[in-house]
Amino acid sequence: MTAQAPTIEQNLLTQTLSRPSRSLWRDAWHRLLRNRAAVVSGIIILIFIFVGIAAPVLAPHNPLKVHDGKGYLPPAWVKEGPTGKSGDPAFPLGTDTLGRDVLSRTIYGTRVSMVVGIIPTIIILVIGVSVGLFAGYRGGRVDNLLMRFADIIYAFPDLLFFIIVMAALRETPIGRLLNGLLLLFVALSLVNWVGLARLVRGQVLSLKEKEFVEAGRMIGASSIRIMLRHLLPNTLGPIIVSTAFRIPGLIITEAILGYLGIGLRPATDPNAIFITSWGALMLDGQAALNSQPWVLLTPAICVALVVLAFNYVGDGLRDALDPRLAGTE
Amino acid sequence: MITYLVRRILWLIPVLFFVALITFTLMHSAPGGPWDRDLEARQVDKRTQELLNQKFGLDKPLFINLSGGNPFDSQFINYIWGAVRGDLGPSYRQRGQDVQDILFKPPEDKPFWYSKFGYSARLGILAVLFAVVFGIPLGVIAALNRNTLIDYFTLFISTVGISVPNFVLAIFLIILFASRLKLIRIVQQNWDSPGAWIIPAVILGFGTFAYVTRLTRSTMLEVMQQDYIRTARAKGLAERVVVIRHMLRNALIPVVTILGPALAALVTGSFIIEQMFAFPGMGRAFVTSITQRDYSMIMGTVLVYAFLVAIANLSVDLVYGILDPRIKVGD
Repeated sequence: MTAQAPTIEQNLLTQTLSRPSRSLWRDAWHRLLRNRAAVVSGIIILIFIFVGIAAPVLAPHNPLKVHDGKGYLPPAWVKEGPTGKSGDPAFPLGTDTLGRDVLSRTIYGTRVSMVVGIIPTIIILVIGVSVGLFAGYRGGRVDNLLMRFADIIYAFPDLLFFIIVMAALRETPIGRLLNGLLLLFVALSLVNWVGLARLVRGQVLSLKEKEFVEAGRMIGASSIRIMLRHLLPNTLGPIIVSTAFRIPGLIITEAILGYLGIGLRPATDPNAIFITSWGALMLDGQAALNSQPWVLLTPAICVALVVLAFNYVGDGLRDALDPRLAGTE
Repeated sequence: MITYLVRRILWLIPVLFFVALITFTLMHSAPGGPWDRDLEARQVDKRTQELLNQKFGLDKPLFINLSGGNPFDSQFINYIWGAVRGDLGPSYRQRGQDVQDILFKPPEDKPFWYSKFGYSARLGILAVLFAVVFGIPLGVIAALNRNTLIDYFTLFISTVGISVPNFVLAIFLIILFASRLKLIRIVQQNWDSPGAWIIPAVILGFGTFAYVTRLTRSTMLEVMQQDYIRTARAKGLAERVVVIRHMLRNALIPVVTILGPALAALVTGSFIIEQMFAFPGMGRAFVTSITQRDYSMIMGTVLVYAFLVAIANLSVDLVYGILDPRIKVGD
């Protein structure tokens, strides 16, 4: 018996050694998958993205079609709505004052919210990461400029800035492109890249003193190579987490601007890609709050759901990428 | 400390200048002039437009006067000079009224807090009070009962409050209380009765409340593990004294820091809530000025808001320095 003990240990040893090596990212991925709230939220987000892409297939009606005599219909399961009409199975979530299908309109609104979450994020990542890397690694004038610009941006209340940009430039040629979405993307990116650039800069400032950067420089790696191959991968964790928390902010901003009537311009062309947004739907719903609360409620629930989902995914990513922080907040 | 204070206050000047510059530039890149924006389509004839432009100084160059004479006699510099002296110029829509009068002047024979600004300020103060008075105790209770049902419930509420924007919460509550239960009215509300203020203030403060709760909980959990807490218990202090005097006092310091951004969020969050509840405050005036394209009003209100946010951030930084002697604000 005593002779066997070392073999077991040896077995264990070889087993551990022969296990395929797991990268940092694989570990993080497994930790993320163990977080039930994050997984469910991730699925919800994927569903919304799918709904946004497949809107023309999924929507039961044309979102702009006015169904004569079908206005004020409550959701299908309601026997008698506030206006005395009963639900119609053809319009599962009811209709608005004009008789347009609420479900179809909400489905098309998903598209706008998803696009507003994705496109500015890409612009913000490209600009924020490159400026942050450069400012942190090279310092000097770029760094100074970035920090001064950041001071001004932080002093300007975000939402106020978006509001005046949208209010002032809506009627200009740029403001009309893509139903006003292009202007919104530009405004959102302009404000948001600064925070990311500052985050990356801070990370790079502390990383560039590390030995591996010095080693890279010793063997003659170019600055670009050091930034992209050595510094960037080490800052990815915080970048990913901050992005997950930034996306819901973008979606909320669009909803607020839409609600104030200065977001997406509602399309009149039924073949337009972006027809209406959740914010614009809420503006419609607000006007008829008592007679048809479902018009307001449907997009509000969607906004709440998407925003919560992104926050849970963000929490999950933070815990997965930096286990030391898990559960502290 | 004094030099720091002076430097921080002086820093407000370039910040506000840039805010004004950006706002001014954007407002003037909007197509059309103030007189042909009249949606009621009462076209003002050319001669009258010229006279109006002259009266309001809109015939002057935008930034620098290059036509000889005084180079500083431009629209922007005149505006800034006026703003410094508390004159935000005439409203383009509410003819005959100046922006600062619309915002700060109470109705006849009413005290100052009946002005639009006064209404908003009172709502904001109520919201902060709600956030702090309910948020801190809830955070403490959650931390003391870590990993119990109370704790999980608190965490859920605070996650919802932090992530779901307050106007969406407002929609849910309005539909519940006004449309279904008929407990409150959202139109023709009598703002002289205190009860009417509760729901708008709770909604406005909910995000801050959630944030305060979460932060109090997490800092409490951290403080609870400190050595001095064990020492305090070992000396035989009553649990109540340990919690209040030793834990809470230290746990509150980080909470103060978020009150700055929170105040800013309240300021900017208020206009949607005010719009929803038809609240007679500055936020609703701002939203109305946006829909009416009243550009001088938009600009004046933005400046006032930016000033408030800057002051809020400044005062929080100072309070933080006083509360925590380990932090030297002068550096």
